[in-house]
Amino acid sequence: LSLSQVENTGKAAASDVLLAFPPTEAEHLAEVKAQAASGKKRKKTYAHLIVEPTDVPDAPNGAKGFRLALHNPLSPGETTTIEVLYMLTHSMEPFPAEISQSDPQLVYYRDSAYILSPYRIKQQTTFIKTPSTNVQSFSRVEPTNRAGMELKYGPYEDLPAYSYSPVLVHFENNNPFAVVEELVREVEISHWGNLQITEHYTLAHGGAKLKGVFSRVDYQSRPSASGVSSFKNLLARLPPRVHSVYYRDEIGNISSSRLRTDSRKSELEIEPRYPLFGGWKSTFIIGYGLPLEDFLFESTDGKRYLNFTFGCPLSGTVVDKLTLKVVLPEGSKDPSAVIPFPVEEHMETKYSYLDVVGRPVLVLEKKNVVPEHNIPFQVYYTFNPIFMLAEPLMLVSTVFFLFASCVAYLHIDISIRKG
Amino acid sequence: MASPESAVNGPTMTAGAASKSLRNAFGGVIAFIILVLIGVLAFSIRLFSVIKYESVIHEFDPYFNYRVTQFLSKNGIYDFWNWFDDRTWYPLGRVIGGTVYPGLTLTAGTIWKVVNSLNIPLSVETVCVFTAPIFSAFASWAAYLLTKEVKGPGAGLTAAALLAMVPSYISRSVAGSYDNEAVAIFALVFTFYLYIKTLNTGSLFYATLNALAYFYMVCSWGGYTFIINLIPMHVLLCIVTGRYSSRLYIAYAPLVVLGTLLASLVPVVGFNAVLTSEHFASFLVFIIIHVVALAYYIKGILSPKMFKVAVTLVVSVGLAVCCAVIAILIAVVASSPTKGWSGRSLTLLDPTYASKYIPIIASVSEHQPPTWPSYFMDINVLAFLVPAGIIACFMPLTDSSSFVILYIVTSVYFSGVMVRLMLVLAPAACILSGIALSEAFNVLTRSIKFQLPGIAGNPSIASEENGSSTVVAPNDIPKTEEAAKEKPAKKNRKKEKENVEKKPTPSKTEKRLLVLPLEASVIAVLLLVLLGAFYVVHCVWAAAEAYSAPSIVLTSHSNDGGLHVFDDFREAYSWLSHNTDVDDKVASWWDYGYQTTAMANRTVLVDNNTWNNTHIATVGTAMSSPEKQAWEIFHSLDVKYVLVVFGGVVGYPSDDINKFLWMVRIGGGVFPHIKEPDYLRDGQYRIDAQATPTMLNCLMYKLSYFRFVETDGKGFDRVRRTEIGKKHFKLTHFEEVFTTHHWMVRIYKLKPQRNRIRGKTKKSKSSRSVSSKRDVRGKRNPWH
Repeated sequence: LSLSQVENTGKAAASDVLLAFPPTEAEHLAEVKAQAASGKKRKKTYAHLIVEPTDVPDAPNGAKGFRLALHNPLSPGETTTIEVLYMLTHSMEPFPAEISQSDPQLVYYRDSAYILSPYRIKQQTTFIKTPSTNVQSFSRVEPTNRAGMELKYGPYEDLPAYSYSPVLVHFENNNPFAVVEELVREVEISHWGNLQITEHYTLAHGGAKLKGVFSRVDYQSRPSASGVSSFKNLLARLPPRVHSVYYRDEIGNISSSRLRTDSRKSELEIEPRYPLFGGWKSTFIIGYGLPLEDFLFESTDGKRYLNFTFGCPLSGTVVDKLTLKVVLPEGSKDPSAVIPFPVEEHMETKYSYLDVVGRPVLVLEKKNVVPEHNIPFQVYYTFNPIFMLAEPLMLVSTVFFLFASCVAYLHIDISIRKG
Repeated sequence: MASPESAVNGPTMTAGAASKSLRNAFGGVIAFIILVLIGVLAFSIRLFSVIKYESVIHEFDPYFNYRVTQFLSKNGIYDFWNWFDDRTWYPLGRVIGGTVYPGLTLTAGTIWKVVNSLNIPLSVETVCVFTAPIFSAFASWAAYLLTKEVKGPGAGLTAAALLAMVPSYISRSVAGSYDNEAVAIFALVFTFYLYIKTLNTGSLFYATLNALAYFYMVCSWGGYTFIINLIPMHVLLCIVTGRYSSRLYIAYAPLVVLGTLLASLVPVVGFNAVLTSEHFASFLVFIIIHVVALAYYIKGILSPKMFKVAVTLVVSVGLAVCCAVIAILIAVVASSPTKGWSGRSLTLLDPTYASKYIPIIASVSEHQPPTWPSYFMDINVLAFLVPAGIIACFMPLTDSSSFVILYIVTSVYFSGVMVRLMLVLAPAACILSGIALSEAFNVLTRSIKFQLPGIAGNPSIASEENGSSTVVAPNDIPKTEEAAKEKPAKKNRKKEKENVEKKPTPSKTEKRLLVLPLEASVIAVLLLVLLGAFYVVHCVWAAAEAYSAPSIVLTSHSNDGGLHVFDDFREAYSWLSHNTDVDDKVASWWDYGYQTTAMANRTVLVDNNTWNNTHIATVGTAMSSPEKQAWEIFHSLDVKYVLVVFGGVVGYPSDDINKFLWMVRIGGGVFPHIKEPDYLRDGQYRIDAQATPTMLNCLMYKLSYFRFVETDGKGFDRVRRTEIGKKHFKLTHFEEVFTTHHWMVRIYKLKPQRNRIRGKTKKSKSSRSVSSKRDVRGKRNPWH
């Protein structure tokens, strides 16, 4: 999993607070969360803060800024504690970039010993946790300590604004880097009682590329020593009461999957057709149906709304680009989405079974999606139930006209000359 | 036949014309419902593969057709005709639009287009999977029409029901078996129906339709040559037996003219429609029928005396003309090396031809002669009913029934040559068995009915048979009364002997109406029903167990009843398609060419369209050569990956090692330094320690068994049931890049050239000299 969690506690004094990220990080920034803590150590209470991107006018080298709005403006001299949680995707770079089947996977992690900040920093400490004790090397910005799986940079004092000191950590990380390069989720609402979800995955192993041979003998006979950074199965957490699940790719069904359901959740364990080594790719499709009453509700103003989970159901993966298409029933109007984080939105039209005017499709696109984005969102729309009858009536009338024309044909004498 | 019927129906006829027409209408409705049910049966019995496995394209050729259909649906018809496929037969490529029978793909493409224009979003794959079952329903209806023309609706319904579930046809048309034969059998039967229809009615309308149906058949399958030879044979038969009529002329002449014109519109046929020997019979008969027509015409307008004069005149002139034409034909034919016949046709005429001259045709298992059990497997009880049907067709012998007899006789011969042509036999067998069963029921239920006038509740089939017979009766009236009177007796005796052996010979035969003893009839009916039930059980079993496996997915039942799936082929193709460069070339034996291009979308050297023997022989040579020579051949062809299929771990018998002798034979046929005896020890093909060094050092052996010994420590091959001969060896010019879960597909990459320069050649040289294979090393790469 290629996201690193860096927690940062800072003290500041203003009505709102600016955060800054270097451009390389800003590109892979998945999520920024901030909360203001108040109270003493054990009895801390947190208040969620709104984070929105902003332009920092005097930022050097294109650093990107985010603005935190504080609930209570800080008067000068006052202090508050803010915890900022941000997630980066693709922050680790495998080095060596190509490994053979039996090698462990080593990665570089680049960061700055000092946090990039538009403010002067009185005191700062950076901790970097590594997943294993095998750390090949790390840059030193004194004082630097290493203890087991933890690296400590600092404490540093009295840093000027926008100070930056790159550090490089080289360590072993055999976690499989499952990256969904592209995920297209299609949620199709049928007012006849079904919610059909189709998910197209493009899966890749983002870790060190496999060099040279892949030997099945080694892989099968020595699973612990061979291909430690590869992965062969994934877990998809699906909503409860899921039905008609399928797992296939463009050349047919993939038989290696298991579904476990209980009343609270469904778990689909899937194996791609082959184990994924570094640099290997695979594509597949997961589809399932859900009962509509669990997800579609009527709001007080007579609108209907769909309450569904954003994000990728595969656990432990990041999604580079997620496209979520909500296919509304034919004849529905005024779709609008309520999503707790910024996404790109546009409309499409889809023609499905016997559609005449087509179904409106609300397309939501977001880059760098992490499991923290698996939170509900809503799509509101208006729909007249009479449209539900359009297609059955169409079929009935077609059959009726067919029979009527047969009757007519049998009763009409169309010979040119009476024999 | 006509007279007994009218006698039986006498009482009903007196009841009045109104009730009769009502009964006919009622019979028509029943027949219609039965036909619909037969269609449903034909469709649904073929869905076992989807239910037991999945909705997926089967085997090899269907993958190519599927790929072509995908191209057609994506790029449209004009691009399809002009499609030059550079992903196969590298570096030659293949002109798909001009070398493919487009009927199937155009049909499925049209269905897909219609369905999608109605906004029903079916994928191309779904349409392709279900094309074959749909067309087998059509084929059963066509069989009904054909048999109805020959012997009436009762026989038609029986034949349709038999054809709907005949195993031979099921084997080629289960859901997913998206092959030419699936639609071609429908086209074949329907063309025959229209021919018979034209023959019976003399209508130009049907003759035109017939030409169009023939056109569809030409579009669909190379087996159209069967039609264009069978119909002329029948016409000739009719002429020789003095059955010439204007109806025959109308049935034949437009077909040849229109049919040939239309056939030459199909790019893959083109001028072959007039140039190759397969079509000459039709032209010859075309001339003959005109001569005969002229003779009849002259006979009509001249007095008998004048006619005799004219005959001598015409015969002498005609003979001269004929000789001239034949001489020209022979000259044309002799100018071509294969005497104008294609290899497959020659194999049909001379069953030993392929094994002597074209190993590539002989290497395909479906081109082998069938064994006796395969007849029982594929047509089951029909094999016993067919003789009875032939006899039934002889009484009375009409134009149409003589055609059916000719059809069965020729198709029996062809099925005896190639197991794949069992498919042509199946409709004929169904039609004749339908006739036989229908006639038998007719006779038996009639005797029951005659002896039990009080019983109203005849078996439903019986009433239907009678009802149907009344419909036919008018057609049969022109036939000679005496024949009709004489023959039923003989017919029944024979048929009872054939069909129901346990049944005693008829005890008495009446002068006018044949009546069998009541008990015998009842028993015979029961036995016939039992026979039919046996057939149904067998067909369902065949459809469910024998013919539904898609062959790209294998399953086995583990001891605890669980199902184990071997999905290695798709695992490998999927790996190729996602983890290799899109323009990489993959070498494999030609069996896997279509699948590789369709599923992995990679360029292959050879595929199942075996049009270039030399190219296939090159691959065969590479596979049979030692590693270095093979590397050179593959490298000269830009090959990046080599794919072999290996069943030794799980016991999958149709792997490349078992096919390997064909590679040697085909390779050796073009490149003589590959000699089959080098790979055989005392005429035996073996891979254990007794195997020849040539065998143990060839590329196929090495790629198949590379590091195989490490799986169980001994290297025990489960297919050959022996330990392999050479266990520990290294590859110098290839490296393993992927092996599937059950080892069924192994993919190797050619090492880049610089590895060879770094002294590796020396090493391989020394290893080879140890294995005493010096003679091969001296041979040059055929591509240099």
